[in-house]
Formats: sequence, structure tokens, C-alpha cells
Amino acid sequence: MDHQPPPFFNRGPAPLVRLTFFVALAGLLMVLDARFRAAETLRAGLALLAYPIQRVALAPVHLATGVVDFFSSQVQLERENDALREKQLRAARDLMTMEALAAENAHLRRLVEARERLPRTSMLAEILYAGRDPFSHKVIIDKGGKDGIEPGLPVVDDIGVIGQVTRAYPMLAEVTLITDKDHAIPVQVVRNGLRAVAYGAGDGATLDLRFMAANVDIQNGDVLMTSGIDGTYPAGIPVAKVSRIERDAAYAFAKISCVPAAGTDRNGQVLVLGKDANLPAAPDTEPAQPRPAKGKRARRRE
Amino acid sequence: MIEDRPQRILLPVRVSFMAITTLLALLFNVLPWRDVTGLPDLLALVITFWCIHQPRRMGIGVAWALGLMMDVANGALLGQHAFAYSVLAFAAIGLNRRILWFSIWPQALHVLLLMLGSQLLMLAVRLAAGGAFPGFGWFAGSGVAALLWPAVTFVLLLPQRQPEVVDVDRPI
Repeated sequence: MDHQPPPFFNRGPAPLVRLTFFVALAGLLMVLDARFRAAETLRAGLALLAYPIQRVALAPVHLATGVVDFFSSQVQLERENDALREKQLRAARDLMTMEALAAENAHLRRLVEARERLPRTSMLAEILYAGRDPFSHKVIIDKGGKDGIEPGLPVVDDIGVIGQVTRAYPMLAEVTLITDKDHAIPVQVVRNGLRAVAYGAGDGATLDLRFMAANVDIQNGDVLMTSGIDGTYPAGIPVAKVSRIERDAAYAFAKISCVPAAGTDRNGQVLVLGKDANLPAAPDTEPAQPRPAKGKRARRRE
Repeated sequence: MIEDRPQRILLPVRVSFMAITTLLALLFNVLPWRDVTGLPDLLALVITFWCIHQPRRMGIGVAWALGLMMDVANGALLGQHAFAYSVLAFAAIGLNRRILWFSIWPQALHVLLLMLGSQLLMLAVRLAAGGAFPGFGWFAGSGVAALLWPAVTFVLLLPQRQPEVVDVDRPI
């Protein structure tokens, strides 16, 4: 005979049982998210739930910046106005030469029967906040799947590449910065056309060029631009500047650090570039190679 | 030692107050902070507080759900905060009778250990998933949270300290 406790003492399962249950659930989610990327629908649903909270949290910040803007002094505005006017004059001159150059470029391209690069569509988005996760470097922008944002789109500012959209929620999107440890971007040295891949260093401020030979022709101050061979980033956008090179004879590879050109941690507004319409479809996965016959005897026969 | 301090008999807690304070802590956590060193995880602190003071009303399941919201809002690994918060809630519930014996600063010391433990769990999970080590400055958040413990205790117990019957004619 077992005795049940009276119902008013009933407190549900023991804490250890509950802990085991929830830890197992969390562990399952973590494995699904990290290994299989299978929890995205759940994440998107929860993001929709968290959206009003985030909006409310942002309200005081918007208010504060609004007040600061309102009281920014007249002198400052005038100075800014002058600077802008001067900049515009200079830009107008550049624009005239640029039009001529663009026409010439188009002509030359047609001559070599190169595909004309269609200007990509672009969309202005505002950075809402930087993710608080100290292990990765991501920002959240205020455009999402509703506005046509999808994972993989490149994000730039007025100077250079900032990162890439990695998750698109209905109202928001998550941009992984080029300084994130898991982010790689194909680059090209402007000075000599050398191609490389720049990885985020994970400290939030620099990128590394890994696996470059110790005697590689890269100098301090070299500018790196996107090479465009990955089909994600359009070619010719500044990415970073080489800041430090360590060539140690003991290692086969040089250690090259770069500082991002764009303000990955400064800007409020960014531009999300659309897909390149001219890009051919990605090739299918490699056809299965005919496997060599197993066994020593079979190999010897060849 | 216990007899030295006056003990107050508190009013029963209102669940709505618990919900509102937890939601405010969540709001604080999703404010757009930019790389502030020593930023306390206020949500973890409030969960710890309610687990210690109201272990029957705040539980592991609630902590788990709140952790999931943190993961989504931060773009962290899904389940990372949920895991750390549920272990934190379990430890706080298990230790609640012991912690409440102490005066406020030794309580804060216990809280410091709890918070550091939850941060270590998150660190282990993220390093296993291939994240970068964020530097020791990240752990300063737990210290700040422990320093905030007396203030949080004072504020969160305020509604329970009100007199039950307000007598307007009372001289004091």
C-alpha cells in the first residue's frame, strides 16, 4: 500500500526532477541550434514574442537621443553645414568625372563582352542594438523578412563592409559583423591583387588573414577589398586595412592583423544590399566519385 | 547573532509584483548596451532573489522560459541562458533556507558565487560550441550584481514591508 500525501502538500515534481527536465530541454535546443540549425522556426516565433519588449526597451534610448539632437547647438549645425557644402562641391566635381568614367567603363565592358554588373538594390536600415552576447559580434537591425531581408545579404556602410545578415526575423534581422570569430570574407589586396580570406579575430576589433605564407607580399597599411568571388559580397568594397604583420621564421605562416575600414561598432544606419541577379546558380554538390575498389588485391590489380 | 537583528514579519507577496519586477529586469537586459564592462545581469539577479525569497512561486520552469527570451533577444546560442538560469534557479531554491539565515552582505557573497557559477556554465557551453573567450572583464558583471544585492533586496521587499492597516490618525 502506498500513501499519497494530502493534496495540499502536493508541490509537483521534486526540484531535481524539474532541473533535469529543463536542462535536458536546454541541451537539446543548444545541440539543435549549434549543430543542425534546426531551431530557427522556434527562434523566429520567440523573436516575434520578444519584439514588443525590445521596442519598449528602445523607447527611452530614442527619447534621449532625440533630446540631445534638439539641444545640439546652432554653431555646431552651422559648422556642419559649411563642411557639408564644401564636401558637396568636391563631390560634384568627382561626379562629373565619374559619369565620364562610368560611360567609358560600360563601353569597355561591352567590348570584352563582360557581363554588365547590374546595380544591386539596397535598403537603408537602422541598427537597433548590439547583441549583448559577449561571445559573438552581432547587431540587430530594424528591417526583417517583411521588408525582403533574407539571410546572406551583405551589409555595408558609407565606407565599407560591415557584415552579413545571418538570421531574418519578420520585423528584425541579425547581422554578423566581419569581426565575429565565425565570419570569413574573401578579400583582395588592392596594391597587388593578391587574394585571401579574412576571418574575424573574435576580439571585436580586428580581422586576421590566416594561412598566408611567411614571405607573402603584404605590407603594413595595405587596403583589402572584397574580391567578389564568393557571390555574396559585391567586388571592390573596402573591407580592412593591414595593421600588423608578424613574420616568425619558426612558423610557416605569417600572422597578419587588419583593422576594419567600416565603422563596425560606430554607425547608426547601414545599407543592406540586395542579391546579385546576374549570379549563376550555385553548382550542385559534387557528383559521387567512383570509389576505388576495396581491398589490397583489387588495388594491386590496377 | 540572529537575535541582534530585528526581524520583520512581511506581508504575503503579490504575484503581479513579482511578474512586473521580472519583466522590468528583462527590459533592462535588452536595453541597447554597447560593450559595457561590468554590466550586471539584472534578470539573473531578480530570478535569484525571487527564488530565494519565494521558492514556491518562482521556479526552474519560469527561469528557463526567461532564459530562452534572453537567448532570442541577444542572438545567443538558443538554450544557453535557459540552461544557466534553470541551474541558477535550482541552486537558489536549494540554498534559500541557508542564505536567509545570513545578514545582507554574507547573502551577497552567496549570490556572487551563484552568479559566477551561472556565468561559468555559459562560458563552458559557448566554448564547447566554438565561441571566443570574452575576457575576464565579463565576470565583473557578477561582482556588480552582488554589490547590487542589498539595493535589490530593499526595493523588492518594499511592498511587503508596508503596514497592513494604514491608520491615518496614528501619531508616528
